[in-house]
Amino acid sequence: MTQLVVLSGKGGTGKTNLSAAFSHLYQQKYPGHLALLVDADVDAANLALLLEAEELSKEAFIGGAIARIDPDLCTDCGRCQEVCRFDAVISREEKFCIDPIACEGCAACLYQCPENAIALQKQQAGEWYISETPYGKFFHAHLYPAQENSGKLVALIKSRAQEELENSSADLMLVDGPPGIGCPVISAVSGANVVLVVTEPTLAGLHDLGRVLETTTHFDVQVEVCINKSDLYPEGAQQIRKYCQEKGIDILGEIPFDLAIPRAMNQGQPVTKFDPQSQSSIAIKGIWERLMTVVEKHSTEKELIQVK
Amino acid sequence: MRRIAVASGKGGTGKTTVAVALAESLSQDSEQIVLISDCDVEAPNVHLYLDPDFEQSKAVHVLIPQVDEDICTGCGICSEVCQYNAIILLKDRAMVFPSLCHGCGSCTLNCPENAIREIPNQIGILERGIGNGNIYLRHGLLNPGEPLTVPVIAALRKWNDEFSARIEIIDSPPGASCPVVEAIRRVDFLLLVTEPTPFGLHDLKQAHQVANELGIRTGVIINRDGLGEADIQGYCLDNHIPVLMTIPLDRNIGAGLARGDTLLEIYPEYGDKFRALYEKVDQMLEEAVGP
Repeated sequence: MTQLVVLSGKGGTGKTNLSAAFSHLYQQKYPGHLALLVDADVDAANLALLLEAEELSKEAFIGGAIARIDPDLCTDCGRCQEVCRFDAVISREEKFCIDPIACEGCAACLYQCPENAIALQKQQAGEWYISETPYGKFFHAHLYPAQENSGKLVALIKSRAQEELENSSADLMLVDGPPGIGCPVISAVSGANVVLVVTEPTLAGLHDLGRVLETTTHFDVQVEVCINKSDLYPEGAQQIRKYCQEKGIDILGEIPFDLAIPRAMNQGQPVTKFDPQSQSSIAIKGIWERLMTVVEKHSTEKELIQVK
Repeated sequence: MRRIAVASGKGGTGKTTVAVALAESLSQDSEQIVLISDCDVEAPNVHLYLDPDFEQSKAVHVLIPQVDEDICTGCGICSEVCQYNAIILLKDRAMVFPSLCHGCGSCTLNCPENAIREIPNQIGILERGIGNGNIYLRHGLLNPGEPLTVPVIAALRKWNDEFSARIEIIDSPPGASCPVVEAIRRVDFLLLVTEPTPFGLHDLKQAHQVANELGIRTGVIINRDGLGEADIQGYCLDNHIPVLMTIPLDRNIGAGLARGDTLLEIYPEYGDKFRALYEKVDQMLEEAVGP
């Protein structure tokens, strides 16, 4: 079994469109052997929009907690404000209270309060779902706006998908990752066997590709790259090829700029299903086949045992 | 100082393009000293367009605990008080996992033996300088492999403004969670850049809700108009958000930005358009304050 994670660094390079197309191509190739799909971009989750997802179950995500001061017990000593490093204790009319947006739920104030006037309150920070799709079971989530702990939510839905992977006939977990390189990306990459970075031939795309590749060196993971909108700026595409060659990373393929992709998105379908003959679909198929070879090479135990 | 942030929800919709265009337009008006703060510290790109000489830099640290094993009695209070599982008891000794630590200091404060001292752990760096068009730029860079984005953004926004700028433009990270909150807190106005695709609309709603939570006034810029059919105008109308500008889908713009040209270098007429946009924002803010 293999965990494949799609990343990009820079946002908007095409992670979700590619992930949806991969889900569709996998189902076409192994009809009886559906993949498990995960949307790890929990604060801008879009993969569901392309997968005709039907919700099977929904659960609350309890994120961190925030502190609350009991005004009846508080003697206004100010110790909480002294110890808070997140500027979350504010004084209003000589009374102390907690700014819920700034509070990290570290509880430093709670343990320092001489009056035991502070308690932590658990917060529901979002929801997570298991859905049925034509391409396999789908694990996704919705982090409420302005919440923390996106990394924790990613870890939660990935661990549920991992349990399912180990206890079902599925061989592949396909994870549509978040942009950037921070906390949720690190959660998305933890446990992965293969990372595909989708980049674009822009200065920003190349710059952020470099930062993703630096991040993945902290993990024991096979990294591949593909270039989306490759004809947008040929010189930029050349720079990416050169950069990857120097790093010893294969480029699995290049996808030209193609309006079939936004058209498929408008129809809520993977582009390979909506318009299989489009330039982009043909390119994505090529990338997918090469990626599957990599995936097979890097799959772990379970599959080997099953093959025997 | 007036602060305007640019956010989007969805990545790649044109936040940086808009932030740079606005800064450049206002800076052409020589009376204005414009500062642009690139708060997308995971993937900062403003400097690629403004090509600054970074004259100053500053490391960003989080204080992490270091346990003196000779003093530690293995009582476990530190791991009890830690909310992030960043310090745990292993074979009667406290062990620290720096990447989980938020640097709150609670373990140090609560250790009955005073066996913990805090040491700085560098998680990123801030840089600033003057870029093209006499625009003052500062940005943060999270070290790859480090998960804590928010402290780098917080440090960037707290870095004293030696430029005494009259206008600060903040380029926010994508998404709708804590890094965005840290980037756009206490700004006067938020420009939401979106594209007319189902993804663009879905994530615009998320970002707009963040602005509502924080009580920030917003306006929308529709980028790549013509790319899809999502009804951004309808959403904005229903939610009383003004659509302040529409930028068409145009291959010249895409190719120019890819090379590192700014929108104003590609089409100079956007200078006037962005100055008009700023005036409209200014008016809206004045009206909000009242006479």
